[in-house]
Amino acid sequence: MNAPVSQIWVYLSASPLTWLTATLVAYVAADAFAARVNRHPLANTVVIAAALLAGLLLATGTPYAAYFDGAQFVHFLLGPATVALAVPLWRNIAVVRRSLAAMAVALVAGSVTAAASAVAIAWLFGAPREILASLAPKSVTAPIAMELAKSLGGIPALAAVLVIATGITGAIIVTPLMNALKIRNYAARGFAAGVASHGIGTARAFQVSELAGTFAGIAMGLNGALTSLLVLLWLAFAG
Amino acid sequence: MIVSGRQGSQPLNIAGALATLLACQLAGEASVLATRQVFPAFAFPGPVAGMVLLFVVLLLRGGPGSSLDTTSRTLLRNLSLLFVPAAVGIVQYGDMLARFGLALIVALVASTVLTLLVTVGVFLLVAGREPEDGG
Repeated sequence: MNAPVSQIWVYLSASPLTWLTATLVAYVAADAFAARVNRHPLANTVVIAAALLAGLLLATGTPYAAYFDGAQFVHFLLGPATVALAVPLWRNIAVVRRSLAAMAVALVAGSVTAAASAVAIAWLFGAPREILASLAPKSVTAPIAMELAKSLGGIPALAAVLVIATGITGAIIVTPLMNALKIRNYAARGFAAGVASHGIGTARAFQVSELAGTFAGIAMGLNGALTSLLVLLWLAFAG
Repeated sequence: MIVSGRQGSQPLNIAGALATLLACQLAGEASVLATRQVFPAFAFPGPVAGMVLLFVVLLLRGGPGSSLDTTSRTLLRNLSLLFVPAAVGIVQYGDMLARFGLALIVALVASTVLTLLVTVGVFLLVAGREPEDGG
């Protein structure tokens, strides 16, 4: 690279504009690819875009913090997008009302299964206590999971990574799994996606149908609240 | 030449819609912070509290206007994009994942499948098996 070009790069690589643009371009490319393969579940837009960007950061030696300086503007929109879930919730209020009992029971069953099964399996593999504590809230949206992991004696950063990994796993698995079981109830499918894999599962559900996305969003919110409550009870009685 | 607007359609008020969403989030964050003053262990995300608040507002107002409706749809249709920055962050903890790799991967995948099955199974059991939406 000759001197002027490398000087321009030094400036650009430190500019938020570069990484904000890169994030959007990577997403557009990933989305176009996913559309080409008919939204095959394995062609997950989050995974493809993140892999492209991770490769770019590695190739250019850019630290994640410099990347996030630009990407934070996209990341920030997660807040208002979560608030926006109230709109499809309101639009589908009739179905939601009919499903209140099903949601309540499925939420408790799913929430306990998510935490207990993950901890039990990792414990069988001999994972230490702080790993188990970081794993317990893995199906909950990241900001809550980090708080819960901390109060259980886990590592918040590891909890955040496990949350994202769980979200991606659920988003990839949910469609083929539900299709194989011939489940046509999109409220139930979406609700399961939201309980098991929070926001990333919800994003996937919105790609499948608005009804599924709505139920996934409700499930994500409720599971965050219930898991927090279960952890509080755990700390009060067993901790 | 001035093109008159289509009948019954209003121009999109995106600023107003974003202001509504952000104000609800802000109120949600504030109420969570206030609750934590009393119960320090209270873990609840402000945006979810904001969602509950907006839902109540929609119930009282009888629904979103077309601007809020369109803005929300647009945000939610691109929800995947919003998770990309956080997902890129996994890379910097690659060594942490590798150290306990097998246990964590098996626990994550098995637990996620199990959670999906239990949740959908219980939901259908209680709701009855009638299909919702169908497609």
